[in-house]
Formats: sequence, structure tokens, C-alpha cells
Amino acid sequence: MSSSTETALDARALRADFPILSRLVDGRPLVYLDSAATSQKPRAVIDAEVAFLTNENAAVHRGAHTLAAEATELFEDARATVAAFVGAPPEQLVWTSGATAGLNLVAYAIGNATVGRGGPASSRLALAAGDEIVVTEAEHHANLVPWQELAARTGAVLRHIPVRDDGTLDLDAAASVIGPRTRIVAFAHVSNVLGIVNPVAELVVLAHAVGALTVLDACQSAPHLPLNLPALGVDLAVFSGHKMLGPYGIGGLYGRADVLDALPPFLTGGSMITRVTLDRTEYLPPPQRFEAGTQPVSQAIALAAAVRYLDTVGMDAVHEHERVLERRLREGLRTIDGVRLLGDSPAGIERVGLAAFDVDGVHAHDVGQYLDSRGIAVRVGHHCAAPLHARFGLTASVRASTALYNTVEDVDLFLETLADVRGFFGVGA
Amino acid sequence: MSGLESLYQELILEHSKRPHGKGLAPEDDAADSLLTGTSHQRNPICGDEITLRVRLDDAGVIRDVTWDGAGCSISQASASMLAVLVEEKDDGMPRAEASALIDGFREALRSRGTIPIDEETYGDAEALSGVSKYTARVKCAMLAWVALEDALLRAS
Repeated sequence: MSSSTETALDARALRADFPILSRLVDGRPLVYLDSAATSQKPRAVIDAEVAFLTNENAAVHRGAHTLAAEATELFEDARATVAAFVGAPPEQLVWTSGATAGLNLVAYAIGNATVGRGGPASSRLALAAGDEIVVTEAEHHANLVPWQELAARTGAVLRHIPVRDDGTLDLDAAASVIGPRTRIVAFAHVSNVLGIVNPVAELVVLAHAVGALTVLDACQSAPHLPLNLPALGVDLAVFSGHKMLGPYGIGGLYGRADVLDALPPFLTGGSMITRVTLDRTEYLPPPQRFEAGTQPVSQAIALAAAVRYLDTVGMDAVHEHERVLERRLREGLRTIDGVRLLGDSPAGIERVGLAAFDVDGVHAHDVGQYLDSRGIAVRVGHHCAAPLHARFGLTASVRASTALYNTVEDVDLFLETLADVRGFFGVGA
Repeated sequence: MSGLESLYQELILEHSKRPHGKGLAPEDDAADSLLTGTSHQRNPICGDEITLRVRLDDAGVIRDVTWDGAGCSISQASASMLAVLVEEKDDGMPRAEASALIDGFREALRSRGTIPIDEETYGDAEALSGVSKYTARVKCAMLAWVALEDALLRAS
């Protein structure tokens, strides 16, 4: 295979910004192909967190001292920076500890609206027994289990849009699954197993035609594509900082202004109130209404550094670069004996640099272990999408996923090494 | 031996390809008046599953261990080696001996390579010694043994 493919950015130069990428694994250079699980962090992100803790650390939105004022300013600047990265004004971005927390916030807030919390302003979000919540068969457990729980608490019915053999969502079925009783449609922008960019516009049209709320899991799109959440037309969306070069414990919940206004709080306590008596409390408007307690301030500031890094590289360039990696990855996998891609489909389906596959006769864990012995890090298991694996007749698969810092050589080395796996385990020819 | 070869010893690959004790024995076997216990275990990280059945005689001695399931070569080989260990005891394996074996096996696997698995006591399962250096794989090797532990409780 040639190793001189030109891409939209110089990944080899970018790698110097990521200290971990120069470490060795068992004496071999690390080939990190597990960015869909968590991304590596550039020096700028690590430094931003250290710099804040070294120079400005103080509790935000309280206190009259200099550090408190500087910390508050940096914290709110970070919100504006991260909000702008997804095309939103700062007041429409709620800090969460990650996408799972964001989705649970929404599900529990809707549950609260259902039992009358939030008053008349929230009543349009209330669910009645027999109302329907629609997800897809490909969802990550984080965008499935909170809805199962909400359905169980409210008497709503959970339905799903099926996935076709080629991995795409069955939009014909979606048109009948989404109906007059549908109140919520929750789906991933990009599947964390298939890498397919879902047809957001079509799903939003179907949902809004019946007055349903749309909730987007943007975890696997935010690090890889230019993202403009308001332009996508969704009502709510979540993403995780650690998957987009940022730290752990920070993420975002975006919401349309009128939807956030109508949502009652989930977590309650300090920092989210206007007036408290021993009997009752009035709440701040969004986003503070959803930010009870001390916030992950240094993580928010470091996430802002992460999106500034991504902006400097340019998300169009990131997307183009990863497109090249994705095609090479997928085409290479198709040529290896015994490898079956999950949800493979003809060219023309938009994907990010990610592929999950099964190796005939060798369990995913064993494949992962073999690759690890050559310094190659991939994910094995069901990737928190057990129903999707069941749909393809599997309990586990191997997933290779790229980020902006991966090179064509990374993909080629992975493919060459994978081609030896069945031989090592004495399977096949 | 490289790290990988010490983990995937030939014996492990052999057991995983031609497993012993695979296929559950019938639960009700009135003729032998056996006491049975069945356990279903799952590794939530990878979705691997095993159903293991232990059959004991009137004296509380284990007569056989059978199992069914799907998983990685380590988990399949480990279940097979466990079945052989019981199979090779002509007079069966007393319950207390099995419990002690399970405890010792667990201790060795959690030792991060400091406690070897003794061949004299564990037979082919000695080949799983290398697993203890791979913390992510300890659960794979333990799956069948945890299932036996649970099945014995259920058989009481």
C-alpha cells in the first residue's frame, strides 16, 4: 500500500501537539485508533487546565475577590467559546459532566414536567400514558436507557426506528414509527458503531410534523465534522468534552431557547436559584437553572482550549482528512479474509473515520489483544450498543476509530497487522 | 516467549478450539439421582456469556461440570480446563475441594503475575497463569469459575 496519500491536513505535524502519541507500548510506537471511546489531548488542553489551577482557581459566580472574578470571567468565556463551536449563543449551552449526564438531565426534567413541576410553562413537555418516545436501533446505551426509564416512570411507550442491513436507518419505517402519539425522537448524529452520519434533517421534519421534541446525541460528530446545532433544527443536543480533545467530566447540553425555558430543573441546590425560603424556591433562567452545585470549572476552560485547537486546524480540514482515512480503513477491511463489516454500505453514505467489524473464528477480545501486542489500540466489545450488535447477530465486535491526529500510515499498519490475526489464532487458510 | 505467546499458550488455543464439557448435561437425570445447580454468568464489558451446570451425587461430590456459552479464547479455554479438572477425578471432586480451587485460582489471577497457577493442582489450567498480567482479561478467565461457584450455591 502506498503511504504518500495527501490529505487536507498534516497529521504528522499535529501529532507533535499530543504528548501521549509519542509514547511506546511494549516497545512499539502507539497507534491510537480508539478516539471514539476517548480522544487524546493536545498540550494546549493539558496546559489550560494546569494554568487555571495554577493562577486563577476560585469558585465562580460567588465571592467578591479578584480570583473569583477572574475565574468567573474565564468560565463564562469558555461557555461562549464552546457554544460558538456548535453554532449556538452562550445562554443556550448548559454545562454537564458529559453526554450521559445531559441526556439524563433532559429525561428527568421531562419526568418532572410530567408530574407538574415547572407549572404551566412546562406542561407542553409533560408525557401522558400511551405517549411515545422514539429512538433508533443503533443508539448508544446512553441514548436508550434514560428513555426506557422515563417511559417506565410515565407510562409512555418506547419505540424504535430499525436499522437496515447496510447500517442506514430505515426512513420508510421511521415515517410510520413516528406518529401522532410521538412526543420525543432521540437519535445519534453519528453512530458510534457504524460511523454513519444520520439524516438529521429528515428525522427532524418527521418529528416536528407531529410536534415531537428532537434530542440529538452529537458525541461522535462534534470531534469530526463542522457542527451547527441550530442549523440542524434539533430542539436539544448533547456532546462530551473528552471525545473532542477536552478533559473528562465536562460536556454540553444545547437547547433551543424556548425548550430550555420550558424545562424544569433536574438537579437542584446551590447556584441555580433566585430566591429560597424554607418552604419553596424560585429558579434561575437557563443555563444556570440546570447547573446546580459547584461546576467543573477547570474542565470547562480546558474544553474551550480544545475547541480553539480544533478551530485553528479547521473542522472542514478535519472532516476531509478523516474522510480519506475512513475510505482507506473501510476499503482495506473489505479485502481481509474473514472480516465482516457491521452495516457496510455502498459509497455515498456519509461516515466519519470509524469502522466496526467481526473477524470470523476469532473473538473480538482476542483480536484486540493481538493488535495491542503490536502497539495498536482499538475498542472491543459491544461499544455500549448491545441492541445494534444483536441486530447483526453478534455480542461483540472490534472497532477502529480515527481522529485528526491519525495518519494514513496508522490505518495501513492497522490493516497489515489485522491481516495476520487469523493466522496467529490458527483460523482460516 | 513474547508477551502474546505467554498469554495465548498453545494449550489455550487447543482448548478453545476443541472445548471439553461443552454442551449442558440434562438437568433432570432421575436414574442417577443427581443434585444439579445451574448458573448463568455474563461479562458486561464484552457481552460474553456462560451457562454452567454442576451435578453432584448424594454425598455432595461433584460428578461433572458441563457448560455452554460464547466468548473469547481465554474464557472458552478456561471453562474447558475447569471441566477437565473435574472429569479427571475418578471419584469426583468434593464440594470443599472445588471451593478451595476456585479461591486459589482467583487469588492467582488477581496477583498481577506474582502467584503462578500450580500445574500439579490445576492441570491444564496452569496455562492461564499468563492471564494474571493482563488485568483486562482476568474476568474472561474467571467467568466459568465464578459460574461454578454460583452453581454450587444453587445446588445446595
